[in-house]
Amino acid sequence: MVTIGPGEGLQVDLQSSVAAQFGRQIKAVITETLEGLGVTDAHVQAVDKGALDCTIRARVTAAAVRATGKDVWKD
Amino acid sequence: MMFVPGNNPGMMADAHIYGPDSIMLDLEDSVTMAEKDAARLLVYNALKSIDYGNTEMVVRINPLNTPYGKKDVEAVVKAGVDVIRMPKTETAEEVRELEAEILKVETEIGRVGETKIMAAIESALGIVNAYAIATASGRMMGIALGAEDYSANLKTNRTPGGAELLLAREQIVVAARAAGIACFDTVYSNLDDMETFRKEVELIKTLGFDGKSIINPRQIEVVNSVFTPTEKEITKARAVVAAIKEAQAKGSGVISLNGKMVDRPVVLRAERTIALAVAAGVIDKEEVL
Amino acid sequence: MRNSKVVTLEEAIRRSGLKDGMTISFHHHFRGGDKVVNLVVDKLAQMGFKDLKLAASSLSDVHKPLIEHIKNGVITGISTSGLRGELADAISHGLLKEPVVFRSHGGRGSAIVGGELKIDVAFLGASASDELGNACGVPRSENAKSICGSLGYALPDARYAKHVVVITDDLVAYPNLPAGIRGADVESVVVVDSVGDSSKISAGAIRDSKNPRDILLAKQAAKVVINSGYFQDGFSIQTGTGGASLAVVKYIREEMLSRGIKASFALGGITAHIVKLHEEGLIGRLIDVQSFDKVAAESIAKDPSHVEVSSVEYASGEHLGSATHALDIVILSALEVDTQFNVNVLVGSDGIIRGAIGGHQDTAADSALSIIVCPLLRGRIPCVVPKVTTLITPGKSVDVVVTEYGVAVNPARPEITEKLRAAGLKLVDIKDLAAKATSIIGTPDPLPFGDKVVGVVMNRDGSVLDKIYNIK
Repeated sequence: MVTIGPGEGLQVDLQSSVAAQFGRQIKAVITETLEGLGVTDAHVQAVDKGALDCTIRARVTAAAVRATGKDVWKD
Repeated sequence: MMFVPGNNPGMMADAHIYGPDSIMLDLEDSVTMAEKDAARLLVYNALKSIDYGNTEMVVRINPLNTPYGKKDVEAVVKAGVDVIRMPKTETAEEVRELEAEILKVETEIGRVGETKIMAAIESALGIVNAYAIATASGRMMGIALGAEDYSANLKTNRTPGGAELLLAREQIVVAARAAGIACFDTVYSNLDDMETFRKEVELIKTLGFDGKSIINPRQIEVVNSVFTPTEKEITKARAVVAAIKEAQAKGSGVISLNGKMVDRPVVLRAERTIALAVAAGVIDKEEVL
Repeated sequence: MRNSKVVTLEEAIRRSGLKDGMTISFHHHFRGGDKVVNLVVDKLAQMGFKDLKLAASSLSDVHKPLIEHIKNGVITGISTSGLRGELADAISHGLLKEPVVFRSHGGRGSAIVGGELKIDVAFLGASASDELGNACGVPRSENAKSICGSLGYALPDARYAKHVVVITDDLVAYPNLPAGIRGADVESVVVVDSVGDSSKISAGAIRDSKNPRDILLAKQAAKVVINSGYFQDGFSIQTGTGGASLAVVKYIREEMLSRGIKASFALGGITAHIVKLHEEGLIGRLIDVQSFDKVAAESIAKDPSHVEVSSVEYASGEHLGSATHALDIVILSALEVDTQFNVNVLVGSDGIIRGAIGGHQDTAADSALSIIVCPLLRGRIPCVVPKVTTLITPGKSVDVVVTEYGVAVNPARPEITEKLRAAGLKLVDIKDLAAKATSIIGTPDPLPFGDKVVGVVMNRDGSVLDKIYNIK
């Protein structure tokens, strides 16, 4: 689950069942995804239970779309 | 063809390990309106990053006349899906609308003509228009029956014997064969009744369908066992194929086996048996060639 | 009766001559339902004992109260086959000063017989005992309160401990025979309200599954068994307790029926699935060191061809008469397998202890064919890895690894490769499986281990196989 609120710079709070082995990668995926969407200031809270990167990318994008109201697809 | 809900990343990640011929990720009925946007992104990212090997990837989109349909097309075409399954298809015009949407996105990304269409027919009007739908676009690869909506539309219920679906099933097979495309039967959702499921698969194979839609990996074995030719059938088919080769080698137009002339339908059936056996993995492709 | 050994727990402890620094032992036949360890250690703490070494055949989630006893210095050393739950977590983080000594069931039996593991006082729970200490794990009266079946892991303790206390929740009239624990070995008998909750003997490790992935794994494993060359009339088999290895039994059964093949015996932890085959006449005898569920426990109570054996007779490496030496096929699970076929069943990929060696080392080493069944991935956790976090079963005793992405055969067994390939199984190189896992989940970061040894993994011959470090 990913929620995105206002923040300064990109701040990522991650709670993950695989934090020891994959925490660094997961944070990198979250940051890259947001930067790709042009989001530079946000406070991200993510709770992960061992999802693959593609799922994390999807969850982060969906949260960002909901937070900004700007979809990645054309209307 | 195995249905996988588009909002279930776990199942999307490992659906292919069960060896279905194709996987249909669903954005329509299994996804609530509140989740449509999230599921679309999950499906997009899954298609882009998961290695599904040779499995044919299908996505069932929402109808184009909903707020989700066009975004679904954009997302899945950009993700490189093999086939878009259009739900509740009633007319050829609807197929052409979808084709236009697909072309728009394909042109944008420079991948024109790669996306095929499968139309699900789920109403009386759709059944009446089956041939027109099947021939509406060069992208059409198959048509499929959606029995739940169809039987509701007929004002009847689904029964174990499937009498209410008989005309629809036959119509779909006939339309598909006339159009030269594939046809797929509807799902059977009672996972605990494998016996009725097997009978249904046997029935639709007899009717001429190319495959069955399934909702759980546990159903794959039954479908494969029904559709996989028996050893006897394969042996017979091999003999026919060998006879063809022999005739070709001799430059003869007449194929004969055991002293009898082999008719064209027998040749076609033998080739289909071999194709099914290869698809089921019981014989190697190299063996046949 | 004359010469009755029945006393209170406190009196039994006093009589035993137990002193600070000594070793006490327990069995784990009630698994998640065990009440004896907590009851006895609470009492020992109350009586002011310190610095005791606890030698259990295994420990699980239910033994969480030991954390406080470790903190208070009552328990300062542990040897066991496994650890789970909060106790395991605390120990992985360095709770105990001395490393925990992990042994396989066969290894523990050998260590007790050989004197490397000296037990001063054994506290052995039993579902029925008479006043002289003839005790067993099955009900012997209408007042019986519990059932655990075989007492196989308790038998070496009963025989070799300096002092034996039987703890029972049903005192029955003499003679309670036949009985695995013989009164001649027993010094005291203590009667308590409950030795264990029998409904929990199958909790934790045993699951029956409709999970399609487990079914897929089970079918593949069954194909391996059936085509291995060892699936012949009179074969013998042991299966584990994972969802997939239970389901394997179902598919093997179908093939036994269709080919008219029967097994001479099934070994090990016995489950309801195995009992069913035995009752259908498909398996001759059940050799039972541990009853994995209530059906198995009830079977051993009534069926003379379902026999109780000690862990020494079951799986001792040094005892050549042990049953594992006669075993053809064993199906085992794993937390991790590496590209050298080494297996880890003890330490999670987060570095925290969460399992048990059990009979893994023993059966893999002695059987003719060992098959490991495990998914390639559990969520984002890889199970086929370049190198196991902790070495439990050396790769030279592992023959086949079955995953949902393919079956890998140890190159040391080319004849099995050949047989399986001839049967049409698609075989893969185990290195390709590890690479496949990495391609899906990425490369995990190294675990943040510290430099304190919290566990020592013993090989069956008493040598040290690996060390477990604390996790930060």
